[in-house]
Amino acid sequence: MQIVVCIKQVPDTTKVKINPETNTLMREGVESIINPFDLYAIEEAVRLKEAHGGVVKVVTMGPPQAGSALREAIALGADEAVLVSDRAFAGADTWVTAYTLAAAIRTLGQVDLILCGKQAIDGDTAQVGPSLADQLNIPFVAFVRKVREVADGSMVVERMFEEGYEVVRLPIPGLMTVVKEINEPRLPSLKGKMRAKKAEIFTIDRSALDVEDAFLGLDGSPTRVVKIFSPELKKAGEKWEEDPGEMAAKLVANLRDQKII
Amino acid sequence: MDYFLTEEQQEIREIARQIAEEKIVPVREELDEKEEFPAEIMNVCAQSDLFAVPIPEEYGGLGGGVMEMSLAVEELSKACLGVSVTYAATFLGSYPILLFGSDDQKAKYLPDIATGEKLGAFGLTEANAGSDAGGIRTTAVKDGDSYILNGTKQWITNGGEAEIYTVIALTDRSRGPRGASAFIVEKDTPGFSFGKKEKKMGIRASATRELVFEDCRIPAENLISKEGMGFMVAMKTLDMSRPGIAAQGVGIAQGALDVAVNYARERRQFGQPIIGFQAVQHMLADMATKTEAARALTYAVARYIDSDAKEVSKVSAMTKLFGADVAMEVTTNAVQVLGGYGYMREYPVEKMMRDAKILQIYEGTNQIQRNVIGAALIKEYAQKKS
Ligand SMILES: Cc1cc2nc3c(=O)[nH]c(=O)nc-3n(C[C@H](O)[C@H](O)[C@H](O)COP(=O)(O)OP(=O)(O)OC[C@H]3O[C@@H](n4cnc5c(N)ncnc54)[C@H](O)[C@@H]3O)c2cc1C
Repeated sequence: MQIVVCIKQVPDTTKVKINPETNTLMREGVESIINPFDLYAIEEAVRLKEAHGGVVKVVTMGPPQAGSALREAIALGADEAVLVSDRAFAGADTWVTAYTLAAAIRTLGQVDLILCGKQAIDGDTAQVGPSLADQLNIPFVAFVRKVREVADGSMVVERMFEEGYEVVRLPIPGLMTVVKEINEPRLPSLKGKMRAKKAEIFTIDRSALDVEDAFLGLDGSPTRVVKIFSPELKKAGEKWEEDPGEMAAKLVANLRDQKII
Repeated sequence: MDYFLTEEQQEIREIARQIAEEKIVPVREELDEKEEFPAEIMNVCAQSDLFAVPIPEEYGGLGGGVMEMSLAVEELSKACLGVSVTYAATFLGSYPILLFGSDDQKAKYLPDIATGEKLGAFGLTEANAGSDAGGIRTTAVKDGDSYILNGTKQWITNGGEAEIYTVIALTDRSRGPRGASAFIVEKDTPGFSFGKKEKKMGIRASATRELVFEDCRIPAENLISKEGMGFMVAMKTLDMSRPGIAAQGVGIAQGALDVAVNYARERRQFGQPIIGFQAVQHMLADMATKTEAARALTYAVARYIDSDAKEVSKVSAMTKLFGADVAMEVTTNAVQVLGGYGYMREYPVEKMMRDAKILQIYEGTNQIQRNVIGAALIKEYAQKKS
């Protein structure tokens, strides 16, 4: 099975604080790590390879420093590393990231399965995985908590909900995003670390991709981050227990007062 | 302290540390309480290639030496001695093959040790032959192209859990210790069984059992080296493995020191943290000094052994003697620093003190180490005079 795992290098948010004056992340001196949810995707890919054979390629879009995340993925059992990197890609939002990644993955030859973490802990959007499947025009299942079986041309997986799960057949080639319930990632191995040190990182830049400049980077991004802030905790609400008609009138009056309607 | 470790040595330490903190610390109390063999942790060690560390590259290992093995053992020991001895005893069982095995024996057994698929064990001690290993009674009688083993080995670490056993038995009773030979015995060989699991004071996660041989027939090709070389094999094996025991001592002492210092910073009596009392500070200072001294000696000797030095029995015994005594003292004083809390099972130093005691006993008691060192001194100085 040819497996691609998309990973992202993120600041270790357990150590990041938000600057209360500027409302921006204070990233200085904070260690970069593989997005924790992506570790589950790497582990699942390596397990699928161990059970069914094949090759695991890790792909990340990011600056050259993101190469260290790729090496770490190799120490965890991935076989090949692909860095999608170019100044032109900088500042991409989720749609442009998926667009660029899709173009990069198309250059990698046969791909049977793409694995992503359910979301990145810095942006928390959970959009890139599904959007990537859409760009590649392949089916996807999000929030997979278990791979039940792998057969020719499809696999059966469990998609997690808050209460319970759903059993879904995913045709191959396909994409899934995984939750942390799916496995327990292994620690790196010594041989893996040595392989990682020597591993060649295959870099894909703008010139290698069949893409339109208008859809790249910050300028190509249809969305903008306007502000990052810690949401205020919800205040306790008011609770009324009266005649429904009276309550409706009271609610409307209240909403008018607050100029909501 | 910076011991100028190579990049590879740092990585070994790093991974062993990660396993200790993430996989061992959370379960060590339960493993001790339930006397449960740490099979899962051994799998993690295997997956992380820790078992490959001292095995030559041609057999799937990483080609490290006593130094690299000791670094891994030290880190695991910070968390739990019962786990680290399970790891280390595999090499105790492997060194006879590594040092004296034929190419065929190495090719057959070492790759499975390196992957961690199979654990090893070493069987020398018997009920009536402890310090006086020359008193063993287990026999191996040649019969065609087999040997037939009879006898019982006692208190064998990894007994019942390991797949590969190196066993010392007499092939010629009339020759006393010169009549001993070393053999490889695989688990599941007919006539080879295990006694019950021993109930111990400490290192309770480790399995200690009897090896029982009743007309156990093994192929003659499982003889390591030649007949009569058994004690030579055993002694050279212990020369290699004793720094590992010292590393266990360094690790557990460091683990106890870490707990004690942190506790002393937090615990308040008479209106101040107890670390403010000079009596406590001095105790911690001695603990830290001795731990560092034991580490320095262990690393120096490990590196010396790895340089293919010829005469290593004396210095190897020194590491074991010193590391074990330091571990006992430091863990005992860690309990003292924690006072009544240290005596309670909620805090890890109670277990560390129980665990540390074994270091002064196994792989030759500390009295026997002094005998080895003393004998070496007599020989050395006699040679100097002439
Ligand atoms: C938990 C555990 C695990 C073990 N694992 C293994 C293993 O994997 N493989 C293996 O082969 N063995 C193993 N052993 C056995 C261990 O190596 C022996 O217990 C040890 O060598 C001491 O022998 P003994 O217990 O018979 O004590 P004894 O030899 O009876 O000694 C009793 C006391 O007398 C002292 N003494 C004896 N002779 C002398 C002397 N000549 N000079 C001064 N003092 C002396 C000793 O120092 C000790 O204090 C294990 C033991 C334990 C407890």
